[in-house]
Amino acid sequence: MTRGAWMALTLVAGVAACTRTVEPPKEQALVVFAATSLREPFTALARDFSQAHPGVTITFNFAGTQELRAQLLQGAVADVLASADTRSMGELVRSGHVESPALLAKGEPVVVVSRHAAATITDFAALPRAGTIVIGGPEVPIGRYTAQILARADAKLGGSFAARVQERVVSREPNVKQVLAKVRMGEADAGVVYRSDTVGVLELSVVAIPAELNVVAEYPIAITTAPPHPAMARAFVELARSPAGQAALQRAGFLPQGGG
Amino acid sequence: MRERLTLALPGALLAAFLVLPLLALAGTATPDELLRGLGHPLVAPALRLSATTTAVSTTIVVLLGVPLAWWLSRARGRWASLAETVLQLPIVVPPAVAGVALLLAFGRRGVAGPALEALGVVIPFSTTAVVLAEVFVAAPFFLQAGVSAFRRIDDRLILVARSLGASPSTLLVRVAMPLAAPGLVAGAAMSWARALGEFGATLMFAGNMEGVTQTLPLAIYTALESDLRAAQAISLVLVVMAFALLALVRVALHRFERALGPSV
Repeated sequence: MTRGAWMALTLVAGVAACTRTVEPPKEQALVVFAATSLREPFTALARDFSQAHPGVTITFNFAGTQELRAQLLQGAVADVLASADTRSMGELVRSGHVESPALLAKGEPVVVVSRHAAATITDFAALPRAGTIVIGGPEVPIGRYTAQILARADAKLGGSFAARVQERVVSREPNVKQVLAKVRMGEADAGVVYRSDTVGVLELSVVAIPAELNVVAEYPIAITTAPPHPAMARAFVELARSPAGQAALQRAGFLPQGGG
Repeated sequence: MRERLTLALPGALLAAFLVLPLLALAGTATPDELLRGLGHPLVAPALRLSATTTAVSTTIVVLLGVPLAWWLSRARGRWASLAETVLQLPIVVPPAVAGVALLLAFGRRGVAGPALEALGVVIPFSTTAVVLAEVFVAAPFFLQAGVSAFRRIDDRLILVARSLGASPSTLLVRVAMPLAAPGLVAGAAMSWARALGEFGATLMFAGNMEGVTQTLPLAIYTALESDLRAAQAISLVLVVMAFALLALVRVALHRFERALGPSV
């Protein structure tokens, strides 16, 4: 065999080896797929979990719920899924990828206002006074919630509230972090995100949406239909829903299961 | 023969890897599904916006890029080569970072923000921002091609033109540009193709608004969340447009080689 052929073979073997190492998780490495917004509380929970279960590590895959759904549909292997909306979770239950989801936490949509507009927009009713507004697109959960909130505000507050807000909308962002970034940099005056996105962010002020107008985002958690580590997966879901887990979620700006 | 095969195998592997996803794009949907995808309400405004913004940005890149490429190709010394390197950086800067950089420079709170605001100009979330993002990411491709096209012109021709009394601008327009034309056309086509595919900087700097800032790549991303077939159909339109532009590059470069003869 010539040197070239060996090189080609090594290349093929290398590629094969790479694909092999990615697929099945190691013996005691629990794989958790979670919505990006859960990064902080879940990373804290992982420390508690590893202390209670020595030798077990957790591998996280944090991504947008839409991406997690696509990855699972394309055959990615995971033990647990925590998503940012019940719709994606419901679809994965129907397609047979996950089983019996339970409520993990609730998210509260809030208005964020850039520093420069903080004096003008001090309550939700003042939102139409913003010069520029960015919201989530209609295809992402935060965008759907925003549309519902505006519809309710229109009915309750009148004065074509929704239309006046839409007039100021300069961009419909494909994810909530883009909304946050633009208000944070002061390029847009206001936007709608989850309260959990604003924890620890100093460059903006948070304006609550009145409870009778607001909607609650539900974060469900579920075990996959073929988890490589079923016992550990159950233990993790139990920890996340336990008082300790709920406290970690609350610190990160989520509402507990029973609240909201 | 065996020698040839051992070379062909790794090459074929890479070629297959590059072509398979493109074929999958075209092959996994029926023509009917693709046609219906093109009928998606996002498509027509995005197509119009992409066509107009890339036409404007490519014009800007060529008009301002020709003199700069000419200067870079003639200048000698450390500073000139440093300038050339710096001007190529947008090629390797991640597009999302380019978008943040554009905001920090031309945003309402950016370095040039107060000056622009005094003039009554607000750039972010406007079609102007789309064009600026495209110029930023695409211009280096034109500069690169332009500089190398100008450098391949025989120095003696320039000397003769000068000795006959040609002014610097006559030299560029009447002598250098015609000689470098195929290379310049190729560069313009490359930069147009790059502008068409621009996504990250546009999303960050210009936002995503139908008919105002939502170009074809942003429409693909938006459709991906809800209607995969529409995203697939728009992607195919982009692939076909890019293929046409790259074919133009090849034809132009081929003519260039023939006109100049074998390079030294």
